[in-house]
Amino acid sequence: MSILVDKNTRVITQGITGATGQFHTRACREYGTQMVAGVVPGKGGTDFEGIPIFDTVEKARRETGANASVIYVPPPFAADAILEAAAAGVELIICITEGIPVLDMVKVAHYLRGSKSRLIGPNCPGIITPGECKIGIMPGYIHKPGDIGVVSRSGTLTYEAVHQLTRLGLGQSTCIGIGGDPIVGTSHVDALRLFNEDPRTRAIIMIGEIGGTAEEEAAEFIKNNVKKPVVAFIAGQTAPKGRRMGHAGAIISGGRGTAADKIATLKACGVTVAMSPAELGSTMKNLLDAMERA
Amino acid sequence: MNIHEFQAKQILGRFGAPVPKGQPAATPEEAAAAFKALGQSRVVVKAQIHAGGRGKAGGVKLVSSPEEARDFAAKLLGKPLVTHQTGPQGRIVRRVYVEEASNVARELYLGLLVDRNARAVSVIASTEGGMDIEEVAAKTPEKIITEAIDPLLGVSGFLARKIAFGLGLKDKQVGQFTGLLSSLYRAFLETDASLIEINPLVVTAEGRIVCLDAKLSFDDNGLFRHPDIRELRDPNEEDPAETEAAKYDLSYIHLDGNIGCMVNGAGLAMATMDIVKYYGGEPANFLDVGGGANAEKVSAAFRILLSDPRVKAVLINIFGGIMRCDVLAEGVVKAAREVNLSVPLVVRMEGTNVEQGKQILKDSGIKVIAAADMADAARRVVEAIS
Repeated sequence: MSILVDKNTRVITQGITGATGQFHTRACREYGTQMVAGVVPGKGGTDFEGIPIFDTVEKARRETGANASVIYVPPPFAADAILEAAAAGVELIICITEGIPVLDMVKVAHYLRGSKSRLIGPNCPGIITPGECKIGIMPGYIHKPGDIGVVSRSGTLTYEAVHQLTRLGLGQSTCIGIGGDPIVGTSHVDALRLFNEDPRTRAIIMIGEIGGTAEEEAAEFIKNNVKKPVVAFIAGQTAPKGRRMGHAGAIISGGRGTAADKIATLKACGVTVAMSPAELGSTMKNLLDAMERA
Repeated sequence: MNIHEFQAKQILGRFGAPVPKGQPAATPEEAAAAFKALGQSRVVVKAQIHAGGRGKAGGVKLVSSPEEARDFAAKLLGKPLVTHQTGPQGRIVRRVYVEEASNVARELYLGLLVDRNARAVSVIASTEGGMDIEEVAAKTPEKIITEAIDPLLGVSGFLARKIAFGLGLKDKQVGQFTGLLSSLYRAFLETDASLIEINPLVVTAEGRIVCLDAKLSFDDNGLFRHPDIRELRDPNEEDPAETEAAKYDLSYIHLDGNIGCMVNGAGLAMATMDIVKYYGGEPANFLDVGGGANAEKVSAAFRILLSDPRVKAVLINIFGGIMRCDVLAEGVVKAAREVNLSVPLVVRMEGTNVEQGKQILKDSGIKVIAAADMADAARRVVEAIS
């Protein structure tokens, strides 16, 4: 009942000895995730609370059979960490780091085109399959196992949506934060495709924001491919033009990427758009209830 | 981060781009001296502010004597220049750029930017130079040439030629253009730029290609690699509250409303602005305190928010994931005491340690309007000012 990660996922932490890496590796392990290795160049042979540390991702993967890696290393070194994980053949790479120079990501994106690895992020909260596997910084306890897929460019706004769903009794299959940067590894369309193919996902919540055209592309994809109900919200309806709203990717530039355009395109493609962020959960519930009655 | 035209031209010139010779001047006398130093019969005096539309606004003039340069500089310096990009209050001109004049035969547009879809740097070019490129793109999209630069290949000859011919360049100009594009791409990569815009790129009567204007913006995330570029930041061109916020690693953007908002996370912060508006209010700002904020950061955020005299009420919306609600509450209490809070405060907290957080606010004796959820918070804060 999930995509990309489940109870069998075995996870490496790159940057396990930093404050953030320590805190979240601990929290993910407590949640039940198999945190099998850490990587810190120069600290190979030591351990973090029983989790063995290796000098390289390649060695960590070979010796522990890990198939996912989560990255908390600081921005100047994060792109290199992603490349290292991809070069070592790690299937799923989740980069939490915020503040990576965009030209570093141009190189990473170019390299990943010829690779089998999937990148989630950077500048994202991570991915969680409730009750099975949590990789990232989201608070685990707000989630509940179920059949709603959630994909979002934002962190805390995703928590808000998940919290609303859980309070209404709607659990989640998997929640993916794809990240707020201009260049990210996994797009809305990628996540939608996976949710659409996942037999255990019944409906999808997509949370977008201003900037770029990812939501417009997602709308087209939904119209042509997705058979499941989709509820969307676009943050930044009141954002001014030309200003970067926190996320590097959240900027209306060249008159493109406005919330109004995105909402209009989504509606035209048959997506139910919640106009208030407080109504994400209830919009989904009403939609599902109406479908059941029909 | 943005810089001035004269700084952009200095940088691009170092990478080999053809830019006119020029000198910045901060006083009318310096402008006159710059005229003499350039040794030309005619020069252009240009106001230096971080905004476009200077020519139409009267901030650019062709002059033919040191006295004329001095007088025009005196007219501009120390006074606001209002262009279509500055807002009605305009921007104070603190410097002019005195530059050799060019005999313009054709005006073109050339830009480089990070293209999200191509996941690479893309070139945008047009024969419609000197115009607002967004307008050109909207009205005559067929006049816009867009080409992505392969990160592995860089600017290859065929790509540069294709764009050059698309711009109607011929003979030696094609080679000059190829050289220019290579220079600009190298400058883009080596300075961690996010945008290079040459508008107009001109072909002179003598058949040479010259960057008549230049705009250069940098990726804030790349600035750690460029201490020299960081030095070029002009605090006079930035909102003081935004500069203060940046010191505490807070993301703050001033808006025109009267409801101050403090939120953790950029997406939730935007959504909070949206819901305030949804219930009929107007947000005074965007403020993201980030994920791992401590009490000091929260209290700085609170002070910055209240430094805007138009703020008539404050809405705090926190979904504590990494951020703990008790830490938030401590910061709010500290700040509210320091600033002697006199406007209504609505707090919505959810997440880690929320009960402790609520208790701290309750025990503090500060008047707090507690909200049950986001919608309730927005309704209450709008109610509080009406």
